[in-house]
Amino acid sequence: MDTPRLTRDDVAHVAGLARLHLTDEELDLFTGQLAVVLDHAADVALLDLADVPPTAHAMAVTNVLRPDTPGLTVDRAEVLAAAPSVEDHRFRVPRILGEAP
Amino acid sequence: MTPPRSALDLAAAIRNGEASAVEVLDDYLAVIDAHDGEIHAFNLVTRDAARAQATAIDQRVASGEHPGLLAGVPVALKDNLCTRGVPTTCSSRILDGWRPPYDATVVTRLREAGAVMVGKTNMDEFAMGSSTESSAFGPTRNPHDTSRVPGGSSGGSAAAVAAGFAPVALGSDTGGSIRQPAALCGVVGMKPTYGTVSRYGLVAFASSLDQIGPLTTTVADAALVFDVIGGHDPADSTSLDRPAPRVLSVLDEGIQGMTVGVLTEFLEDADADVVARTRQAAEACAAAGARVEEISVPEVRLGLSAYYLIAPAEASSNLARYDGVRFGLRVDAEDTTAMNTATRSVGFGAEVKRRIMLGTYALSAGYMDAYYGQALRVRTKIIEGFARAYRRCDVLLGPTTPSTAFSIGAKVGDPMTMYLSDVCTIPTNLAGHPAISIPFGSGDDGLPVGVQLLAPALAENTLLRAAAVIEAAAASMGGSRS
Repeated sequence: MDTPRLTRDDVAHVAGLARLHLTDEELDLFTGQLAVVLDHAADVALLDLADVPPTAHAMAVTNVLRPDTPGLTVDRAEVLAAAPSVEDHRFRVPRILGEAP
Repeated sequence: MTPPRSALDLAAAIRNGEASAVEVLDDYLAVIDAHDGEIHAFNLVTRDAARAQATAIDQRVASGEHPGLLAGVPVALKDNLCTRGVPTTCSSRILDGWRPPYDATVVTRLREAGAVMVGKTNMDEFAMGSSTESSAFGPTRNPHDTSRVPGGSSGGSAAAVAAGFAPVALGSDTGGSIRQPAALCGVVGMKPTYGTVSRYGLVAFASSLDQIGPLTTTVADAALVFDVIGGHDPADSTSLDRPAPRVLSVLDEGIQGMTVGVLTEFLEDADADVVARTRQAAEACAAAGARVEEISVPEVRLGLSAYYLIAPAEASSNLARYDGVRFGLRVDAEDTTAMNTATRSVGFGAEVKRRIMLGTYALSAGYMDAYYGQALRVRTKIIEGFARAYRRCDVLLGPTTPSTAFSIGAKVGDPMTMYLSDVCTIPTNLAGHPAISIPFGSGDDGLPVGVQLLAPALAENTLLRAAAVIEAAAASMGGSRS
């Protein structure tokens, strides 16, 4: 599959998806640097591996289940103590409704 | 400075009353006080907690108890291992002020074995890097030459052991982050088989590749620590349900009759002085009764490209959790999306941003199959390549790194050149196999060289027997440790 060279617009788009704000200087810098890495990865992208199964995990891992028995877990107060903002035993965040998509 | 004492010797001396854990700790703290200002191996030295642990060990010895395999041994922890109530930063501003509400399983197991935790070591931010220069808290310096990097990402752990700040450190290895700094700092660094050491409480970078392992001054200490921290953990769903490892007891069995394959591709990637040391290590294996042959695994050539798609892809997902909601830094903004974005933009450094964007791109609509999907197929090819080699060979041998330690600042402006530092270590992570770096003399610049042994999954016994042979050869050659 053809992999076109990474553009500044691509990087800006991806930064938005990743919830990162980049300055103009960062956009220029990262576009060049990431394009070099992706050019290097072109050797992988261009291989004919249609018959090769993918490996997501080197060791055979299957879903692990355990009995649903009550037990001690991390302390709620200790977890909430680490949060930047808390209200009524919950994590407090700025408004989430009415924002742009 | 007195020559380094092994963890095995220290623990034995403390258990039989020849040394006190508090005195041993004070000796190491004095070395830290004298030299860490320059080296910057530690983000945090947990002096008081360490003294309390050491005092408790001495009391247990006095009352006739067996205080454990690592009784009174000071251990430094990479700062991506969770320690309850003790700041765990991953050398990132985004975890500023975070105190985990639980201990990593490896920390619990070390403590149960009597180890004394002396502090948290500097690292590349979120373990992304090969020089410890991407730390938000400034670089660690190589104790052998402070103008050079210690390697990374476990550079603080490697430098701590090399500088005599602790006889043992833990690191994590996603693409070489234990072995590469071990090689550059002249210490032993081992990456165990994926799944043999619990990742519970290891802050995730690339979950299918990350593995915790020891950095030590001797192969026997690496075996000892692996025996302590290894074994099944129900808290990690990828932990292998197998009996705990017991490798220390087989170390002296030698390699008579084994076949050692010298990996052609790794030799081609390395500087001449590093290749020369690797060939000497191969000769040492032959002298110890192994059959030595050169073997080619062309698939490993694809490892770097596959890794720099797979690891960032997993990282982009794992690091989505740093959103300013539940822990660490928050930069306030008018709504939650803006708060998430402001927090991440301020909290992450450049290398972490690059990897997140690379991974997000590799997983994005239209490119996922060309990049991420292809990389997973390459991973299959690499595993097949190693399997072919291991039908002929018991272990593989090569350099750990293409060169000795490079200068601070030399590669920070050029990420691709930095990434090439891991070309010899990455394939092992993709395969999930164990590998170890052993100090073996020095390069033309007088800096340490590490040679690397690789073995099939779960063949730590074979791996460490061969490592012990190479360590002995390095010692007889002289200058294996300065």
